[in-house]
Amino acid sequence: MAFEIDAKDLHYRELNKLIRRAVAQGEKELVIRNVNGQRYLAAGVSAEVKIDVYGTPGLDLGAFMRGPEIRVHGNTQDGAGNTMDDGKIIVEGMAGDVVGYAMRGGKIHVASDVGYRVGIHMKAYMDKVPVIIIGGKAGDFLGEYMAGGIIILLGINSRYPERPIAGIFLGTGMHGGVIYIRGGIPESQLGRALQIEPIDEEDRHQLEHYLEEYCRDFGYDLKEVLAEDFVKVRPTTHRPYGKLYAY
Amino acid sequence: MSPEKENSAKAASKSPKKTRRKKLQFSKLYPDFLIDRDPEKCINCKLCIRECTYGAHGWDKKRETMTEDHSKCVGCHRCEATCPTGALTIRKHPSAFREHDTWKPWFIKNVYKQADTGGVLLAATGCAVPFRNYWDHLVLDACQVTNPPIDPLREPMELRTYLGPKPDQIEVDLEDGKFQLRTKIGPWIKLEVPIMFAAMSYGAISLHVHQGLARAAKELGTLYNTGEGGLHASLYQYGSNTIVQCASGRFGLHVDYLNAGVAIEIKIGQGAKPGIGGHLPGEKVTEEISKTRMIPVGSDAISPAPHHDIYSIEDLRGLIYALKEATEYKKLVFVKIAAVHNAPAIASGIVRAGADVVVLDGLRGGTGAAPTMFRDYVGIPIELALAAVDERLRQEGIRNQASLVVSGGIRCSADVVKAIALGADAVYIGTPALIACGCTMCGRCFTGKCPWGIATNNPELIKRLDPETAFEKIYNLVHGWAHEIQEMLGAMGLNSIESLRGNRDKLRAVGLNEVELRILGVKHAGE
Amino acid sequence: MDIFIPSKEISGCGLSGIINRKGELVSGQLIIESICCQMERGNGLGAGYAAYGIYPEFAEYYCLHVMADSKHALKEVEEILAHKCYLVHQERIPTRPTPGILSPPRFRRYFVKPRYEGDLREICEGTVDEDDYMVELVMRINKNVSGAYVISSGRNMGAFKGVGFPDQIANFFRIEEYSAYIWTAHNRFPTNTPGWWGGAHPFTILDWSIVHNGEISSYGTNRRYLEMFGYHCTLLTDTEVVAYLLDLLIRRHGLPIELACMALAPPFWQEIDRMEEPDRSVCTAIRAVYGAAMLNGPFAILFAYNGGLVGLNDRVKLRPLVAARKGDFAYMASEEAAIRAICPDPEEVWCPKAGEPVIVELEPDTIPNQRSYLRGEPFKISAPVCRFPIAEEEEEE
Repeated sequence: MAFEIDAKDLHYRELNKLIRRAVAQGEKELVIRNVNGQRYLAAGVSAEVKIDVYGTPGLDLGAFMRGPEIRVHGNTQDGAGNTMDDGKIIVEGMAGDVVGYAMRGGKIHVASDVGYRVGIHMKAYMDKVPVIIIGGKAGDFLGEYMAGGIIILLGINSRYPERPIAGIFLGTGMHGGVIYIRGGIPESQLGRALQIEPIDEEDRHQLEHYLEEYCRDFGYDLKEVLAEDFVKVRPTTHRPYGKLYAY
Repeated sequence: MSPEKENSAKAASKSPKKTRRKKLQFSKLYPDFLIDRDPEKCINCKLCIRECTYGAHGWDKKRETMTEDHSKCVGCHRCEATCPTGALTIRKHPSAFREHDTWKPWFIKNVYKQADTGGVLLAATGCAVPFRNYWDHLVLDACQVTNPPIDPLREPMELRTYLGPKPDQIEVDLEDGKFQLRTKIGPWIKLEVPIMFAAMSYGAISLHVHQGLARAAKELGTLYNTGEGGLHASLYQYGSNTIVQCASGRFGLHVDYLNAGVAIEIKIGQGAKPGIGGHLPGEKVTEEISKTRMIPVGSDAISPAPHHDIYSIEDLRGLIYALKEATEYKKLVFVKIAAVHNAPAIASGIVRAGADVVVLDGLRGGTGAAPTMFRDYVGIPIELALAAVDERLRQEGIRNQASLVVSGGIRCSADVVKAIALGADAVYIGTPALIACGCTMCGRCFTGKCPWGIATNNPELIKRLDPETAFEKIYNLVHGWAHEIQEMLGAMGLNSIESLRGNRDKLRAVGLNEVELRILGVKHAGE
Repeated sequence: MDIFIPSKEISGCGLSGIINRKGELVSGQLIIESICCQMERGNGLGAGYAAYGIYPEFAEYYCLHVMADSKHALKEVEEILAHKCYLVHQERIPTRPTPGILSPPRFRRYFVKPRYEGDLREICEGTVDEDDYMVELVMRINKNVSGAYVISSGRNMGAFKGVGFPDQIANFFRIEEYSAYIWTAHNRFPTNTPGWWGGAHPFTILDWSIVHNGEISSYGTNRRYLEMFGYHCTLLTDTEVVAYLLDLLIRRHGLPIELACMALAPPFWQEIDRMEEPDRSVCTAIRAVYGAAMLNGPFAILFAYNGGLVGLNDRVKLRPLVAARKGDFAYMASEEAAIRAICPDPEEVWCPKAGEPVIVELEPDTIPNQRSYLRGEPFKISAPVCRFPIAEEEEEE
């Protein structure tokens, strides 16, 4: 039985207190209704709990969280999954800017578009690999400074037919991790020291693995998503700034 | 001929047998430098004798030892750099005068020189007097949290600069849903970095350095300046990166030369020697120089003080338009003046006379040869001139009618950033480009004996610096500076240099008085 | 008027804007709700509103909202106005005492028309343009009268601003009593000039009003550029330059609004190099001629005029901006939640691209003295097709 919270007219501090109290009391399923702009929902929560959010969460949804699975029935604003450690965020609409900044684990699945500076400085270690899957298009600076992790950009479900699948400066400063792009991307969109390569069997395997869960989340057809070929973008060196200094 | 030479010549021709009382040359008595040769390391290879062009090293055949004449050492470090065992160190000569703040050794020795020769003191490089260096009293802003700094490694930090007059506004037409430019613009010069290479004449410096500068300018997307020595035939291919100079001596000036570059610079003056013309000593006029400048070999190349067809500001307008007509209005015309007391008014006049770019060369500008008194004491520091000129042009509402380029003692990329913040569109660098080629600032350029092959055209000496090396070093220097400028811009929260131009809010001063603050238009740090 | 309150946390400012394309008037209550939803974006040290269409009975007159800290300053202003203008009506701007609003300055509004006899030569130097005349007048008052500032100077519009939270300022100025077809509102988090009523947004000149989130690092350059054209920045806040740049580029220089926005947030050279003609020449000319007008630093701005509302981001979109549309209404705000607070189910919601303006103009001939600066397609809303909600989604592309 899900624990219901009505967020109408609640300040984010009160709302988060209610959420934390429910989690502390052992609730495993929460439903929050009438959310409109409240920030930092489930920030720092370190428990495996399912949270359904109805409305538009504000800044930094799930920041620093470790474990919860949050499903947003709508759009979410900037900063979703900020420095997320583990868990999952599912967004049925679009997400704003700065999604998954410094993400260290867990998954973010967005049905539609995302904004600018998404997936900056994602990190991975051993089997802790963060993943961001975007159903629509992304703005500039996708995957900037990436040190590890996976970004999959589909460009299928977008509200911006006239825009390119990703903005410019894609992957600037990337020194680890990989970005998969469905249908390819012109080189002029990339940052420096990056290469576009076709995918191999291992990549295909990985893509299927992650996209299967993604399609389940939104009721998409995996075969259709995989129908178009992907490319992968990786850094040419893990020391892109090695020769910078004079001394 | 100096009186001393004359006398000994006379004496020699009159009575060869009579013992001449050797005249004491005071200027030779107290050397500036000491050649310190480590006997443990020296292997008597005699390389230093060949490398030194001033004859400071020798070999005593009898005693089979190396010898030094410290009085001939100019401190160029060539021997030290080329000694295979590192046996040589050039030191300041320990022979010390009694400390005296007014009669410093520099002044004492200068008096000796003039007493010996009766001549005008000659020097090279830029002002050596410790006038306040305003760059070193200006600090830059950085953004912290209210406005985050930008990372130049992640997004482009735009340094591109267009030189030339800009209209007050532009008009567009709408055709088929697209905007078309109606206002006629240009011609403009596009610089990828706001740093150009200053005028250093072929003759003052070697052809190889010119070739290096031209190539570096091309690779960097900027321009170099031919100086007043004309343009060597091998350099016409770099025309789209060349500014040709039209100085008072009009050396090498013919219509092909005028059309060779993208701009023509009328040199009215230079910071190192305002008010006088150029002087290339006869020692430096070789066959090639003779050909390019069209003067006899070995004769001094003198440029008159004024252009003899410019005696008032309207005459300048005359020359500007004469040049524009001759080149069918395809070239921009720069006018270069030394920064002097009335610089703002002069600059205003120059802009109204039709110049496309005004160049200000400050007190600390370099030179291959200038009278010491001029080099050190004539002209004003560029920082002050720049601030005053920029402000005055804005007050008159004509700042956009010409671009402003400054030079004279720019030493590092922070100086460039500060210059632009004070209001410059771009800077010229001269000395740093030469130092990049190995120059050690010994200041003996006028002898034609530059052992590094930089400030000479002696065919044997120029082999010491090949054009490829010159190009690499100069290119590296500006490449490093451009990157540093990008970092500083990013730190200030700017991603484009247009937003720094004239933005004095980004500067603060430390240790300047109220008058200086007012002239620079900068607040004191802490305010 | 100077209250120094040290700033605590760092957050951004908040913006919100509403326009009804048919000129229908909506109550201020709407914008208050929207901006108050973003309370977190301010620190109580500044808030303000701009409203268009609020003085229909004086629609032909310029309405000067004057803020003064003393009776004496007001008198000085009135002397200048008596000299330079024909004054048809003046009154106190109605306010109500509000807890939290401490020692507010005086506010009066004057409905004027420029008066040309005698003083033409002195101020206008040959120009008979009313707008230029009024701009000069405003600059003169702001520069020369100590303690008094003209807060807004457009026809049939007004700005209300001060030190306080948005709900406090709204209460103080009785915003809910006004009805307008364009509203903009601002919630401020100042760190540079805390506590000064003049420093709150919106900043205006004539009927240009602007609210701004961000910091203009090119302020020094912009200010010195504007000074060459007679605009003096006296309100100690970087946003002021934007109002004057818009007036200069759009009204005086006649640049189409799309190109003026491009001058403020131009494309990168590497993008310009890849463009085809005639775009490449136009963009190069804009950047070279108007380089000093470029706004550097992160920003999101909403600006309005008698005829339209525009939203614009900096060219790498470092501040948030969301737009939405429903029927004849268009909304723009820093946060989607601020829009949904007053319009729970918009037809379309989208995030504008970096450096690309969202321009919403009124339908033609909707209001008196209507201005239209859009030279491209008329009545343009740069809105893509929205596919939300995504319940039954077909794959496309």
